Formats: sequence, C-alpha cells, structure tokens
Amino acid sequence: MNVITKPGRRARQFVLRTPGGALSLRVRSRALLVGALLLLAAAAIAVVNLSSGDFPIPVGDVLRSLVGRGDPGTDFIVQELRLPRALVALLVGAALGASGAVFQGLTRNPLGSPDFVGMTVGAATGALVVILLLDGSGLEVAIGAIVGCVLTSIAIYLLAFQRGTQAFRLILMGVGVSALLEAVNSYLIVKGRLDEALAAQVWLIGSLGGRGWTEVTIVAVTLAALLPVVLYYGRHLNMLALGDDTATLHGVRVERSRAVLALASVGLAAGATAAAGPIAFVALAAPQLAARLTRSPGPGILPASAMGAALLAGSDWAAQRVLPDNDIPAGVVTAAIGGLYLTWLLAREWRRGR
Amino acid sequence: MQTRLRAQELTLAYDRRVVARDLGVEIADGSFTVIVGPNACGKSTLLKALSRVLKPQAGTVYLDGAAIASLPSRQVAKQLGMLPQSPVVPAGIVVEDLVARGRFAHQRLLRQWSADDEAAVRDAMAVTEVSDLADRFVDELSGGQRQRVWLAVALAQQTPILLLDEPTTFLDLAHQFEVLDLCAELHEQGRTVVAVLHDLNQACRYATDLVVMRGGEIVAQGAPEAVMTADLVEHVFGVASQVMTDPQTGTPMVVPADRHRRRTTRPPQPIVS
Repeated sequence: MNVITKPGRRARQFVLRTPGGALSLRVRSRALLVGALLLLAAAAIAVVNLSSGDFPIPVGDVLRSLVGRGDPGTDFIVQELRLPRALVALLVGAALGASGAVFQGLTRNPLGSPDFVGMTVGAATGALVVILLLDGSGLEVAIGAIVGCVLTSIAIYLLAFQRGTQAFRLILMGVGVSALLEAVNSYLIVKGRLDEALAAQVWLIGSLGGRGWTEVTIVAVTLAALLPVVLYYGRHLNMLALGDDTATLHGVRVERSRAVLALASVGLAAGATAAAGPIAFVALAAPQLAARLTRSPGPGILPASAMGAALLAGSDWAAQRVLPDNDIPAGVVTAAIGGLYLTWLLAREWRRGR
Repeated sequence: MQTRLRAQELTLAYDRRVVARDLGVEIADGSFTVIVGPNACGKSTLLKALSRVLKPQAGTVYLDGAAIASLPSRQVAKQLGMLPQSPVVPAGIVVEDLVARGRFAHQRLLRQWSADDEAAVRDAMAVTEVSDLADRFVDELSGGQRQRVWLAVALAQQTPILLLDEPTTFLDLAHQFEVLDLCAELHEQGRTVVAVLHDLNQACRYATDLVVMRGGEIVAQGAPEAVMTADLVEHVFGVASQVMTDPQTGTPMVVPADRHRRRTTRPPQPIVS
C-alpha cells in the first residue's frame, strides 16, 4: 500500500492506496489528529467520572475493573453504579454531535441544529405525555420521546415543504413549532400531579443521573444503526453544500440523499433525547467547535461526534463536581456553556455582518 | 447526424411561468454548439433542462436514446457535465478541495481518491490556470478567478459532453478569449461542447453549430455562416445591423447600425416647453 503525503498550506493529507487502485482512502492529517485527541479526551474524562464520587476510587483500580480484573466491591461501584451513566454521556454526546453536524450541513446554517428547530422539544412533548398522561416510566418514556421527536420532525418538514424544501424556511418553521410545543409542555406540567410534574421537570432539563443499561442500550443501538448511514452519506453532504443544482450535475440524487440524511439525523437526536432528555446545545456547538479545530470544509461527522462525547462527558463531570454536595443535571451545564457560546457566535456574526 | 443528446417537445417552466413550449433540439456529437438569443429567451433554461437540473413539465430529454431522468444519476454525471451560472460557494473551502469535489461521480466509499482522480484534478486546474490558487479560499477570489475555478470543477468531471452557461461572464476580454480557446481545445479533443454566449461575434467565431432562440423558440440552427444574417439579428434582437466577414477569421461579424449618433446628431430641441 502506497502512502503519499501531500504538503499544502491548509489541507495536509495523506492517501492510502492499494497498488491496483481498488481501494483508496484520503485522510486529512489534522482531522485525524483532532478526532483522535478528542476521543482520548472523552475517554479520559469518562475514566475520571468513573473514579470520582461518594466513594473515590483510584484511576488505576477503575481501569483494572474495566478490563475485568478488579475486586468485587470496586466492580460493583464502577460497572453497576457509574459505568452506565458515563457511557450514556459519551454515546449521547456522540449521537448529538453527529446529528448536529449533519443537520447544519443540510441547512447550511450554523443555527440549524436539532435542538434549535424543535426536534428535541417535540421529543420532550412525547416524553411528558407518557409521564403525565399515561403514567409511564423508563423505557416507555424513551419511546414516547422518540415518537414525539419523529412526529415533530415530520410536521416541520411538511409545513416547510413548498415546491422543495428550503433550509431557511425549515429553521423558521422549526422555531415556530418549538414555541408552540413549549406551550404544550408547560401546560402538561401545570396540569400534572405534583410528584409527576417534578419528575417531568427533571426529565425536561436533561440529566444523566440515574441512567441505567436501558438508556445505554437505546442510544448504543441508535448509534450503531445510524452512524454508518450518515458516514456513508457524508460525501453527499459535501456535494449538497454546493447547492442542489451542482449536486445534481455531479450525480447526487438530491431529494433522496437529503431525505436519508435528515431522517438519520432526526433518529440520532431522537435516540439521544430518549436516553438523556433534551440536552441543550451539544448538537449546536460540537460540530462547529470540531470544524474550528480540524479546519476542514466538510461536515466532519466523526470529529463532531468525538467532540460531542467529550463535551457531554465534561459537562457531566462539572455537573457532579462543581457544586460541592449537589448533583445538578448535566443539561444545566451544557445549557450554560452553550448559551455563552451562542452569544459569542451571534456577536461575532453580527460584527462580521456589519 | 449522430446525436447523443437531444430533447423533444419540452415544456419548460419555473413554477407556473412557462418559458418554452414544444421545444426540441438535437446536439450534434462532436459539435461546438453555441446558443444565442436575447435575455429571457430561455437559453439558460434549455441548458438546465438538457443537464436535468430543471425537470421539464412535459417532453423528454434523451441521452443515448434513453430518457435522461430514467438513467442512474451518477451514470449521467460521467457523460454530461455543466458549468452552472451562479453556483453556491460553501464557506471556508480552498480551491483544490472544491475542484476535487468534481470527481464525486467517479468515486466510491472505498475508492475516495484514486490516481485518476488526482490526475483529473491536477489537469483541470492546469488548463484553467488555477493551479497557483490551489490553497486559496474560494470565497476570497475575484469573479474571474472564481469562474475559472468552477470551470475546473466541471472539467475534473471529465465528461464527453460539456454544457457551459455563460462561461465568459465576469471575465475581462483576455480571459473571455482564454476560456473560449479552452472550449475550442476541448472540442478539438473530441468533446461535445454546448455553450450559452451573449457576444454574437464570439459565437460565430467559435461555434460549429449555432442555435438562435427567441421567446422560448429556436428560430434558426446551423453553421454560423448559413444562419447569421442581418434579417435574423433584426428579427431576434430587434437591432438593425450589418453582417460582414470577420477580417481575422472569415466568420460572420455583426456590426450594429449606428443608432446613438443618429439620435444625438438630430437638430437640438428647444429646452423651453
């Protein structure tokens, strides 16, 4: 296999090729490095999360337990009590990062993220209906969230669809629909029984506390099914960024590619929300932060995914540790960080626009 | 006449605004066909229909005898490429990466960057003279440079049929002729080239086949020498002219009648009303 390193001011890359040319892969060095470092960071934060808590466990013992060579007591705390939560943080972050990268690519707009266009609000409505009206819990709530998310997405798509979808109309329609659903959510909570309303409220903020293997399974299955789809269609996303006409000219079946990507993106957001509640801003910020680091023009789905995992694992660490004896929901931390980021982003765009 | 690309009974419209009805055209293989006509006569629209970017409301575009809409999109993209009029430039992309995207139709998930891809991109950038701009951001280029970059994107596709929608816009006179020379070269190498141009004299110089449109209809098609007459220019553009022989090339040359001086040499009108 030949390796050709290509020097260049901005796009350092290397190409892996088999002699016959049947297989050739182009890898951007910087994207690869950034992705690997982000994954490493996410894993390191997760290990720190596993080691800290009411019973601090040395990192060495955590690692020994993870490879199956720990003592039973440590195994119980690490694998049964803390691992599901850490995995949910990593996987939900990864799913949200990928979903955001795809959606921002499709809408060609940095604000076109699933939590901005009402998908996660729709998921919340679905979950609230299950918690408050159907007295459901656990897996039922998750299913409610997925159904809510998918139905909302379909509704937004149909409302925005007029002789082909335009990204901008999709975002505006999403903002409108999400305002409407917020009202529905508030109504449901106000009408609910106090204890149920409290549970619903906690779910609404998006927390990783008390997440078990059910949630891990939900988001793991979502990722396993949909990440390969968005990765395969990532090249189509590159072409769609050139406009529908140019994409068509180069052999992309625009409507189909867009539908597949949108559905997969919705699915990823739905799975993530079902497992952890509506975690704010990870889907918005992760792809942009990753793109800033990799400096590559493409959607960068994998780096965005790794960034999402690191962000959410870090937020969960902060949620558990920043306030001494108070475990605040991770969604509060991501919302706070994300709010700051969004303010900065808008201020920068505004300055640039003048 | 051999023809791989032809259209029959097209009705072309944007939403409900019909641009052309019952429009048919045959593009001769190996020709350098130039479409001319006044603004809004439907020439760009016809090109969009031929390239399947615009779906006709009625009628069919055929590529190699099959309805183009029924063929796999990627297969068409290997046969037919087009330089669109004002394509979207994504933010933060450098020239070489953009030209590389012109290889999409030739690539697969596990064959992302073959030696052919690399050579095609390098050649496309060389002939359009954008190799020196490889590392520059596309959105910081001048209009002329950008036009040549998009031409490189279309050339990287390496299609036997190449459609160009006003390839000379944004270009100064020297670059206009460079692009036209390049098209002529591509044509000589055996490609079928179809271009929409505004300048009738350039059209006559470079075209082997001229398609003259007016109000959504083709009013004349044939060799420039046979087609380009003063009557035609009057009929199509509403401009009186004299058609002479281009002293450089021997092709028809349209010299519009003197209208401006005729107006200004009128006796001065009294200003007081």
